[in-house]
Amino acid sequence: MSPHKPTTKKLTLLFFLVFVFSEIQLSAQDGKALFQQKCAVCHNIFKPMTGPELMGMEQRGPWADHNKLLEWVHNPAAFMEKDPYTAGLKAQYGIVMTPFPELTLKDIDAIVSYIDAEVAAKNAPKAPTEGEATAKSSNNAVFFGIISLIMAVVALILWQVNSNLKKLSEDSEGIVKPKPVPFYKNKTYIAIFAILLFILAGYYITKGGIGLGRTIGYEPVQPIFYSHKVHAGINQINCLYCHGGAWESKQASIPSVNVCMNCHKSINTYEKGPELFDADGKKVDGTAEIQKLYSYAGFDPNNANSWDPSKAKPIEWTKIHNLPDHVFFSHEQHVRVGNVQCQTCHGEITSMNEVKQFAELSMGWCINCHRETKVNFNYDDTKGNKFYSIYEKFHEDIKSGKMDSVTVKDIGGLECQKCHY
Amino acid sequence: MSEKKYWQGFGELNEPEKLQKHRQNEFQEDLPFGDLEDKGLLDAKAPRRDFLKYLGFSTAAATIAASCKMPVIKAIPYANKPDDIVPGVAKYYATTYVQDGDVVPVVAKVRDGRPIKVEGNELCSFTKGGTSARTQASVLDLYDMYRNRYPSRKVQSGKFEEIPTFEQLDKMIGDALTGLGGTSVALLTSTLVSPSSQEIIDAFLKKYNGTHVQYDGVSYSGMLEANQATFGKKEIPQYNFDKANLIISLGADFLATWLSPVEFAHQYAKGRRIDEKNPAMSKHYQFESYLSTTGSSADERFTHRPSETGTVALALYAALGGNASAPALADEKLKNGIAKVANDLKAANGKALVVCGSNDVNVQVIVNAINNLIGAYGNTIDWSVSLNYRKGIDKDMRDLVDKMDAGQVGAIFIYGANPAYDYYDAERFKSALKKVKLSVSFGEKMDETTQLCNYVVPTHHYLESWGDASPKTGCTAFIQPTIYPLFKTRPYQTSLMAWSGNNTTYEDYFKNYWTQKLGSTVAYEKALQDGIIESASAASSAGSFNDAAISNSASVISSAKKGGKNELVLYQKVSIGTGSQAGNPWLQELPDPVSKATWDNYAMISMAMAKDLGIKLDVNYEYFPEKPVIKISAGKTEMELPVLVIPGMNANTIAVAVGYGRNEKLGKAAAGVGKNTYPFASFDGNNISYSVADVSVTDQHKTYKLARTQLHNTYENRFEVVRETTLATFKKDPEVIPEYREELAKEFYDQSKGNYRSNATLYPEHAQPGIKWGMSIDMNVCIGCGACVVACNAENNIPVVGKHEVMRAHEMHWMRIDRYFVSSPENPDDLKSVVFQPMLCQHCDNAPCENVCPVSATSHSAEGLNMMAYNRCVGTRYCANNCPYKVRRFNWADYNGADSFPNNQNFTGVGELDPVVSQMNDDLTRMVLNPDVTVRSRGVMEKCTFCVQRLQSAKLDAKAENRPLRDGEARTACQMACPTEAIVFGNVHDTESQISKEREVHPQRMYYVIEQLHTLPNVSYLAKVRNTNEIVEGHHDEAKKEAIPSAHNS
Repeated sequence: MSPHKPTTKKLTLLFFLVFVFSEIQLSAQDGKALFQQKCAVCHNIFKPMTGPELMGMEQRGPWADHNKLLEWVHNPAAFMEKDPYTAGLKAQYGIVMTPFPELTLKDIDAIVSYIDAEVAAKNAPKAPTEGEATAKSSNNAVFFGIISLIMAVVALILWQVNSNLKKLSEDSEGIVKPKPVPFYKNKTYIAIFAILLFILAGYYITKGGIGLGRTIGYEPVQPIFYSHKVHAGINQINCLYCHGGAWESKQASIPSVNVCMNCHKSINTYEKGPELFDADGKKVDGTAEIQKLYSYAGFDPNNANSWDPSKAKPIEWTKIHNLPDHVFFSHEQHVRVGNVQCQTCHGEITSMNEVKQFAELSMGWCINCHRETKVNFNYDDTKGNKFYSIYEKFHEDIKSGKMDSVTVKDIGGLECQKCHY
Repeated sequence: MSEKKYWQGFGELNEPEKLQKHRQNEFQEDLPFGDLEDKGLLDAKAPRRDFLKYLGFSTAAATIAASCKMPVIKAIPYANKPDDIVPGVAKYYATTYVQDGDVVPVVAKVRDGRPIKVEGNELCSFTKGGTSARTQASVLDLYDMYRNRYPSRKVQSGKFEEIPTFEQLDKMIGDALTGLGGTSVALLTSTLVSPSSQEIIDAFLKKYNGTHVQYDGVSYSGMLEANQATFGKKEIPQYNFDKANLIISLGADFLATWLSPVEFAHQYAKGRRIDEKNPAMSKHYQFESYLSTTGSSADERFTHRPSETGTVALALYAALGGNASAPALADEKLKNGIAKVANDLKAANGKALVVCGSNDVNVQVIVNAINNLIGAYGNTIDWSVSLNYRKGIDKDMRDLVDKMDAGQVGAIFIYGANPAYDYYDAERFKSALKKVKLSVSFGEKMDETTQLCNYVVPTHHYLESWGDASPKTGCTAFIQPTIYPLFKTRPYQTSLMAWSGNNTTYEDYFKNYWTQKLGSTVAYEKALQDGIIESASAASSAGSFNDAAISNSASVISSAKKGGKNELVLYQKVSIGTGSQAGNPWLQELPDPVSKATWDNYAMISMAMAKDLGIKLDVNYEYFPEKPVIKISAGKTEMELPVLVIPGMNANTIAVAVGYGRNEKLGKAAAGVGKNTYPFASFDGNNISYSVADVSVTDQHKTYKLARTQLHNTYENRFEVVRETTLATFKKDPEVIPEYREELAKEFYDQSKGNYRSNATLYPEHAQPGIKWGMSIDMNVCIGCGACVVACNAENNIPVVGKHEVMRAHEMHWMRIDRYFVSSPENPDDLKSVVFQPMLCQHCDNAPCENVCPVSATSHSAEGLNMMAYNRCVGTRYCANNCPYKVRRFNWADYNGADSFPNNQNFTGVGELDPVVSQMNDDLTRMVLNPDVTVRSRGVMEKCTFCVQRLQSAKLDAKAENRPLRDGEARTACQMACPTEAIVFGNVHDTESQISKEREVHPQRMYYVIEQLHTLPNVSYLAKVRNTNEIVEGHHDEAKKEAIPSAHNS
């Protein structure tokens, strides 16, 4: 009788489809995000960094069993005591891995599958069956999509058939029904269409609005092609050597010309490193870039002794990481007090030639980290920052086992006036 | 304790219901909707269709504008980074605020190369880190856009023309100096306290055989001469208010403007703090003609005519057994007061002190005689130390003007003095100056005197300078630059040296001078770092008193002419002083402690005189800014001034502040504000007199708008805002406040049900797991000076809104000092006390503002702060309406120029912003902004944050050093500025902290404002106690009785 019933059915089907798609995307994204958030600071997939490379991890040690992996990740120190393989790792790398007690088995699975996918993607171009390999990685999604689409069409046809049959049977029983309204005049359809339009438009406008001013991936051309990969990656210059402000100031600060010249007074050419390419793939001559620095510094390498540093001109870099003016962000708080690695927010800077913005630098992004990050709390009064010794209640709760750790959120890290004043 | 005992204005006193009605009206003035009533909607100024058009267009435009490309921002590092500078980290340099002889050692906070705040230097033994409003505001003067930017000389047309180089300048001046032809050279300065500069000046004067005259805008020469007569020294001894149990002030405003107010306020506060276990405090009597800031803090006040100052002193001298007889005084209360004070003085046994603000040498001689009689010398007044704050002798100045007038002076060099404005006979000085061939001003600004000179060779601001200051014997404070000079200026010392043939710069000279004096570079650098050197104090000396001058002085006073019907007295406001910083917008907008008026001077008159003039003290007088205007005539001087009726004035006295009525070249802030009242001053044969014994007053039957702030906020008749009692009552019944507070808790909540604090509210209790910030304000030592208010302005980028906005109750001060009068119920003019209550956000744990914000822009922090997120605020103002303390401020306009829309400051529909707002928005002026505090834009609410930026930075320092936060590390701007240490701030969870102790040891005086609302504030107050024997009747029972109905009502 009521025209609503079929509509409901159709809506259910639509929602089902939406969920099927989003579920598939979710786990793939999750693995990548988790990897970047938790692992990338110390682990690279293909080569050892602070910790071992993660490629082929499942073939090593006890890691084929993800439960063991989970146990390790939750509490590396405890796991190591009974496991000779990880004890060996400590001997090799000199440190024990940071615990991540918040990770679940599902998270581990997602990370492992992300690593596998990355490894597969890297190996793929070398294999002759290039097309197949690529197709395979996204095979499942397409397959499910096609099946869902077919099912949807079938459902639609069945529903149409059903309603036609119903109509026929009603006709044969002599029940007179009013002439059906064409679908474009059907108020129900129009209402549904309007609501959908409203939701979609609202979604995109909001999304667009939120995205205003966000410049993730921003990679401007700088006055000098300065490669972080060469400096921080290959030559392993400590980040704080140039960005000393990150240790003692709110601003990380960009090094002045005299800091560059500390080394470049004697390093006049770029020879030994790998070939450099800019964002467009054009080859960059490193030696010429060093010459640019010399022109700012007023330095003549052939007449190094007569150099007058006071004649140097400052370099006008283009700022990449811009926080709004009403945000108070202190590098000292994060780098020195919070022990946050530079890469957490700036990405794999050691592999970037010209720097690009890695994180979206949005409030949600900050807040999420504050929700999860554990405070360097003096849990047993010996380690951790003694500033937190005044948090007596938390100490009691930790002792009594009510709390296992204190996050930034617990000490007010989500409050407006932590960053806005 | 009924609230009616404390009143803020006559409207409240006489017509409370009507005032309440007025206050409930949201808008004081008519809204611009008048034209809608008689015309159709479409004919209105802004018809609906237009409105919709604009709305649509602006939405579309904003969308397009917002979706445009992101701007490219450059990051430019140093070419060569100095080793000791880390961008983003503040540096602190000890230096010294010196202005007209006022000396306050300070520490300047320098962020990325620019000084943005000054704090008191805590190494200084006599200020202990205290400051004054003017000291706090001095950093803004550095960025004054009206400073002289280059040396210049007057050309034929009367305009000033830049002199391109200092070499050219030096040649011109040198030529002029050699061509003087026998006429003399004079150097005119304000009181000079710099020992190294004195040497340079001496060398200069020696070369040209010149004279040095020191001249003070408001002179203390009477005192200096009296000391010459009685002690043989033209000096001022050290006063120790902390050593006196009994303080008698004969018109000396020693807490606000007299000699060294920061130092004296600090000493004074020591005697005014109460130990509740053994309640005692110093006693302060004030004899004065008008209600001064210092008089407001007095325990007992007696008023007299300005012409009777000498008589009062003489009568006191006679009553103490001095060998003199005083003319009779008519006023019974005054006579009894003198007798009472004399008795107290006899009993004080040397632990007493009499100070006098008069510039009459005879009065000061008698005051010295009194101090000698009561044994103050050697006890409370110490001749082993002399104060150098004021050294000007009026006769010297008069001689100089005479010589100039006679054409005997060929060249005059002026530094720091501005006689063309503040000399009693400025016209004579101006004409005499014209006769001087070469006149050179070192003026930082184009003040009245500088404008008349041939050459302007601007000197540095003190924050750009090297220098030293010796405010008293055995003490030298150092000045070091905190910024590279902003303009092409040169220290006046370098100029004087150049013109006396010495080509060293003052910087080198200064360094040499002190390295030699102190023995080594190390000692010199240590001195600069500390900012002050003080030698160990010598044993207190009584000096040798010589009574020869007394009889003559007594007879001069006795034969003095009696005053007429009305008299006039000139006074200095705590904010503007003599007027040298009148171009400072922060100071102009600082409400006067007593009158609560901003941006003007006015005639303060008594209630009796108001009655004579037919001024009805009703709501209309009080509530609206229009005030009647009177004309005051004294001899040739006539002036029209608006009238403010103040209780506790002498019936026949009019009090007018100096320092106003400046020339437009001093800037938008000073120009056209008030009237110059120095012409009322006169020369009495010895010294300049700052009162007129006979003035005639006529009502001009017109009005003038005055911007006063006191009635802008209302407690809606809620009481227990102010707590004040007498010492006798407090001793008799010390438990009034604790019992009242207990009663409240019982009334509100059945104790058996659990915790009153957390359960007597619908809202969940906020947990504070770590720190909980709290503040305590001791109203007993608050003197209302306003240093905290200006410090808050500087620290928190609080905008200046201008007079017209203040009149519309739009002032933005996060902190205000409420002034309450306490008088006997029968006679409001019989003023018993004035209570100053600094009022700021109370950071309630159960905050009414937080619950009503529709966008959660204000919320509570885990450290007990009531937070305000500006970027979240949509400007509903619900929070301000729901705040019972009325401490929230709304940005009605774009006062700070924070918005990026160019014409946002023009809102012609409802009135223009004053020019001073654009002065504050100038790029140069904006250099004073604190980069750690958001500059708020139009349409958002703001309020006190407890200086959260300082709390955060103190916490970060502790974390970075891996240690717990120490008590006293996190301090608010107001707390640090306070000269009397009335404000205590810290972590109340730390039982050892100063704030915890302060609350713990003062249970009998501690209370929260309108506690019955259960807002659970984090700011506590200590009740004011005035030291009298009066027992406040019905004190205890009344409090209990009234607590009950109030509880039901709220």
